[in-house]
Amino acid sequence: MPDSLPTDSVGIVTPQTLHFDAPITLACGQTLDSYDLVIETYGTLNADASNAVLICHALSGHHHAAGYHSMDERKPGWWDSCIGPGKPIDTNRFFVVSLNNLGGCHGSTGPNSVNPKTGKPYGPDFPVITVSDWVQSQALLADRLGIECWAAVVGGSLGGMQALQWSLDYPDRLRHSVVIASTPRLTAQNIAFNEVARQAITSDREFHDGRYQDFDTVPRRGLMLARMVGHITYLSDASMGEKFGRELRDQAYKFGYDAEFQVESYLRYQGERFSEMFDANTYLLMTRALDYFDPAYEYGGDLSKALEPSNCEYLVLSFSTDWRFTPARSEEMVNAMIAARKRVSYAEIDAPWGHDAFLIPTPRYTDIFTAYMDRVAREVGA
Amino acid sequence: MRPDLEIIQQWVKPGNRVLDLGCGDGTLLDFLQRERGATGFGLEINPDHITTCMGRGVSVIEQNLDTQGLGNFDDRTFDTVLMTQALQAVRRPDMVLEEMLRVGREGIVTFPNFAHWRLRWGLTLKGRMPESEALPYKWYNTPNIRLCTFRDFEALCRQKNIRIKSRRVVDGQHQNSWLARLWPNMLGEIAIYRITREET
Repeated sequence: MPDSLPTDSVGIVTPQTLHFDAPITLACGQTLDSYDLVIETYGTLNADASNAVLICHALSGHHHAAGYHSMDERKPGWWDSCIGPGKPIDTNRFFVVSLNNLGGCHGSTGPNSVNPKTGKPYGPDFPVITVSDWVQSQALLADRLGIECWAAVVGGSLGGMQALQWSLDYPDRLRHSVVIASTPRLTAQNIAFNEVARQAITSDREFHDGRYQDFDTVPRRGLMLARMVGHITYLSDASMGEKFGRELRDQAYKFGYDAEFQVESYLRYQGERFSEMFDANTYLLMTRALDYFDPAYEYGGDLSKALEPSNCEYLVLSFSTDWRFTPARSEEMVNAMIAARKRVSYAEIDAPWGHDAFLIPTPRYTDIFTAYMDRVAREVGA
Repeated sequence: MRPDLEIIQQWVKPGNRVLDLGCGDGTLLDFLQRERGATGFGLEINPDHITTCMGRGVSVIEQNLDTQGLGNFDDRTFDTVLMTQALQAVRRPDMVLEEMLRVGREGIVTFPNFAHWRLRWGLTLKGRMPESEALPYKWYNTPNIRLCTFRDFEALCRQKNIRIKSRRVVDGQHQNSWLARLWPNMLGEIAIYRITREET
């Protein structure tokens, strides 16, 4: 909780819920007749609606990207380090839109929303959502907000996949696509980690085939394990080593199996906290969306062919110690953009924090992001 | 604008696709984009230069020629591949020249002449490693690890069947001088070569 709001904060923000009545058809073939999207906006839309920036969230993210919901909130939004007055995504110049994606569990329609057809929560009956589906719903959101063309669509990790997909699905509705710590497709190892997480959830006795709400319970243990294994892939060996090393909670070994090392208790704590605030069916859905993402698939694996319709300029950033989506994956994307004769800038940022580095403001990351977004702002007269 | 860049921009046709190897802060590419309608990329490894490029709207890729080469660029992707004052700093200039003329139809290369009289003077009379305006470093910290003379470069081009379309020689201030034209390998400090493998 801040005593007073930092001057570079967007301040107190209030989410809004937008209701959509027109049916949306999803990649899986199913249709959602109506749905809600929860959003937050920061800054002011200019007269010609040219200064809008869309923020796409990652696996466990949501609409609350910057500022505080109240003076009692312990921490600001998840990307507060990059969004605010004078920050890389400068809210004095841009109108920033951040949403909770379809299938999420922070207010937008998802597995724990009530299915109007049954009067009960969707649970496991909620359709599997793809990155393309999200982009489609975000385009409908843009229509609603009167935004014909985004100055930039920006995202890290799974959010970066949405920024990339935007450039393929709506090439004329964005000027810049900023793809950070992302990948054009998951590797077998990435999918394997997701599968362990899903197995942890579905094998929890409280999961009840996804109908845990009917039993007034939550597969807390499974979610905790899923988060623990996920969390390991977000950090680097070096950053874990520096944070915990082999440090013990007490001075000596106890010759038992309780959490004796600091790293064990940290992971348990993170897992437990996560299991109290996240929905298990949403976790399954998000990891599946990650697995399925592969824009090159329809083009025989040739990403540069998939990129052909794209019309925007790209900024691609990777982090040196990210072993979840390595710099090599970003370079694969950049090389396809070069082959497709698209405009792209790329940098690999030296940072010790693994995949999580995209959330942590290091000087070079901040400098590059600021310089690039400053130029985007100048381009749209913001 | 620096006279060498002035000469280079005359060799880039409007709308050309350009690759600038070691593009620095993007001054040249920025100029070519705005004044000649050129498009393309710069490759750079200096973090501050990369940031400056991004801020001014020059597409820049962080890529190290020594370790990564140009393998990610298809044959004949560019009309012109530029390399100003960087050939002497790569590990294998001969291979970089090959790659330049694989990915581009034409190359423009500038580098300092190690046979300039002042450098010869420094080595012959003082017995010290030469330093000059064009080569301001000490022997132990210089990034210029593959110095050559104009004659060396031309011999390499002959050996590789690379045709020299034009050569301009300037002094340390990048100014044209009649002396340098008279006896380039002795009096010229920096040369700007326009090279190709294509027949005219």
